[in-house]
Amino acid sequence: MCGIFSVIDRNMTRMDGSSIKAALSSMDERGSGEGAGYVAYGIYPDFPDCYALHIFFDNIVDHKSKVDELLSKWGVIIHQEEIPTYEQPSLKRQHIPWRYFFKPYKDLMVGSLTPEEDIIIKTVMDINSGIDGALVFSSGKNMGVFKAAGWPEDVANFYRIEDYRGYIWLAHNRYPTNTPGWWGGAHPFNLLNWSVVHNGEITSYGTNRQYVESNGYKCTMHTDTEVVAYLFDYLGRRHKLTEELIVKALAPPFWDEIDSMPLSKSELNRAIRLIYGPALMNGPFGIVVAQSDGIVGFTDRIKLRPLVVGDDGTKLYISSEEAAIRRVDPNIGEIYMPKAGEPVIGRVVK
Amino acid sequence: MSLGSVPLRYKVDIDREQCMRCMRCVDNCSYGAFRNEEGKLIVNSRKCTACHRCISMCPRDAISLKDRPVDYRAHPLWTSEAREDIINQSRTGKIVLAGMGNAKDFPSIFDRLVLDACQVTNPSIDPLREPMELKTHIGKKPSRLEFEETVDGDIKVLNEIAPNLELQTPIMIGHMSYGAISLNAQRSIAQAVAKVGTFMGTGEGGLHESIYPYQDNTIVQVASGRFGVDINYLERGAAIEIKIGQGAKPGIGGHLPGEKVCSDISCTRMIPYGSDAISPAPHHDIYSIEDLAQLVRGLKEATEWKKPVFVKVAAVHNVAAIAAGIARSKADAVVIDGFRGGTGAAPKVFRDNVGIPIEAAIASVDKKLNEQGIRNEISIIASGGIRNSADIAKSIALGADAVYIGTAALIAMGCRVCGNCYRGLCPWGIATQREDLVDRLDIDSGAQQVANLINAWTYELSELMGAAGINSIESLRGNRERLRAYMLDEGMLNVLQVKPVGA
Ligand code: SF4
Ligand code: SF4
Repeated sequence: MCGIFSVIDRNMTRMDGSSIKAALSSMDERGSGEGAGYVAYGIYPDFPDCYALHIFFDNIVDHKSKVDELLSKWGVIIHQEEIPTYEQPSLKRQHIPWRYFFKPYKDLMVGSLTPEEDIIIKTVMDINSGIDGALVFSSGKNMGVFKAAGWPEDVANFYRIEDYRGYIWLAHNRYPTNTPGWWGGAHPFNLLNWSVVHNGEITSYGTNRQYVESNGYKCTMHTDTEVVAYLFDYLGRRHKLTEELIVKALAPPFWDEIDSMPLSKSELNRAIRLIYGPALMNGPFGIVVAQSDGIVGFTDRIKLRPLVVGDDGTKLYISSEEAAIRRVDPNIGEIYMPKAGEPVIGRVVK
Repeated sequence: MSLGSVPLRYKVDIDREQCMRCMRCVDNCSYGAFRNEEGKLIVNSRKCTACHRCISMCPRDAISLKDRPVDYRAHPLWTSEAREDIINQSRTGKIVLAGMGNAKDFPSIFDRLVLDACQVTNPSIDPLREPMELKTHIGKKPSRLEFEETVDGDIKVLNEIAPNLELQTPIMIGHMSYGAISLNAQRSIAQAVAKVGTFMGTGEGGLHESIYPYQDNTIVQVASGRFGVDINYLERGAAIEIKIGQGAKPGIGGHLPGEKVCSDISCTRMIPYGSDAISPAPHHDIYSIEDLAQLVRGLKEATEWKKPVFVKVAAVHNVAAIAAGIARSKADAVVIDGFRGGTGAAPKVFRDNVGIPIEAAIASVDKKLNEQGIRNEISIIASGGIRNSADIAKSIALGADAVYIGTAALIAMGCRVCGNCYRGLCPWGIATQREDLVDRLDIDSGAQQVANLINAWTYELSELMGAAGINSIESLRGNRERLRAYMLDEGMLNVLQVKPVGA
């Protein structure tokens, strides 16, 4: 089932995590206490230009040195520390969450238009598929994912989520069917600045996975959600599609609708379906994806999962349930339910 | 010492109590298995091919048929077939000819694959209530799109996208030439594909005038004999297919005996009346992949880059690398024909021993193109032994965009897969040019039956997709997650990239 909650403050005013925790916890019914997580943007103003790599280590002795070595090969570690955590009676610690603030050497990636990002992607994929006992679960700038196996409030308290202040928050409460209890399997999933929370199951996973893997990504998380992050990165960063166009590729209109559009629109939609057909996502889902400058929420083409939007002009909320939004803002003016496949986009005003 | 005769292949029996001596069987059997001697029905079982024409026409269900009524001493290696081929060849000194696809007892991979369905965690989709999209586009696609914002805020695609064929269902009918099959059979097929919104191949036999009304649904073939090829022909087809090889007989050419080349066929093929139509094994202008790329470009130039060009190859060991080479040319689609692909006539030794199964070929081509990051730029059409909608769903999940069916379409018109097409006596009016036999095939009903079959399979495909929680065919393509293998060995699992059941 799973519950998702997200909010953006378009003026980039930062909110602390306490209200996010409250909102997510109001949807405990949608989870099973085996996975929850949060991501916030704008939390590391002291290191705005560094990639904040959040890593789960199984232990510090064996595995960390390999990661240190790999990172030092590709760039400099500006700062590193254990992510502060606070024991919770009902949350069993399985890993040591660690963070690096890392700057890649741009000139090491020849022939790339986005060398820094490509180095980060390569490093993340190499660690996750090649170094046992280490898992990178967050790799963007001035943002970070905090997740674990547990109920939303326990995970929030474990990281003291109220100590972080961000202008975008995504949160997720998991009811796992695959990989229960695995910290890596909790949402949000992240790659570079892309983060994803997802409620549902992607029946086109095999096709989507092949598409991203044939373009240089490696699926290592044993779950269908990571493919969404890679699709956004691939289409958004590498193919320069806007969020609207990415959503058109991932949850396109039906052919009947395309055929009845005015010519210029139908040509655009037809081209996207033809060329990005392997990116089309099928199956029931509600998804919110965040980048540093905005969030986009959408559902599958026949809306088999719920998604509710609240908007007060400054803040935009996208959630599985209205109750969660009202928990944060009881007097919210506008509440509506987007149509199937229709993107809901909130951008920061610069 | 004489070799004597080989035992009867079939034994025809008449239930004399049931028989009303209407003599329909006599009239219907073009192989001469029945005769009427002064009101008495005489049967010559040796002439029977098990085409079932008599059985299907007998008003009294009085005819029964037995396969191999005479036993040989059982032996696992020296099968009766092996022994009979030797006896026949030592008599004639010739190559054994055979019709239809590979008849050896190779296990079918399709039958060892199972499809997936949704339970609880995701809902299945009811195709009766929700849209289900099977529309398929065959053709070249750029790897990425470039956009531009117009002054009025619209987004415009800058790429010029090569013309694609739009199919309402991923089922097409493969190339069977006029000559190999009758004009009535070809016209039935043409009407059927036009009705359901898909395409048919003309085969290497030119395009007969009576097919012109359906030309927008035809794919014209350019094979090594270049029969019937001129600019008129190329321009009439919706797409052009270069045939390099064929699954039933990879590596060898084709042969239409002169007796079959009637005046009409000679005109359509543009060859002299009564002459043998021989397609050489290789195209004499294609000795390497660059030559093929040149021919593709040549055909595109000739038709002003308005027509998709396909390249058909037989599924052989190295098919993945060959397909990758084809993908690098301007070709729009690669057609892979598996070793069960049917044919009118092939040397039996080829039909039964050369080439690989289509399932493995699709998967390895799809994998290779994916590894090279060019899978979506070219379409894959699979053919050769596709028997039902499940085979189609599995082909697509292994990586095909669409399939060609051949034998199945013939069965829909009456064919009983007797395997004697090469004799030109098809009692169903399909693989024959004898006028009285051709007249037996009514074009409208033939067309309706073929259309019914495609529609029925299309419905089944949408049900299968809906059950798997998929409402658009592109999400099934290459989606091996929706497949599991039952009792296939690990090597095969690796080739197919499919997990075993339970995993
Ligand atoms: S068609 Fe049947 S009933 Fe008629 S003669 Fe033949 S066996 Fe007898
Ligand atoms: S088409 Fe060929 S196999 Fe089919 S019935 Fe006619 S002769 Fe026999």
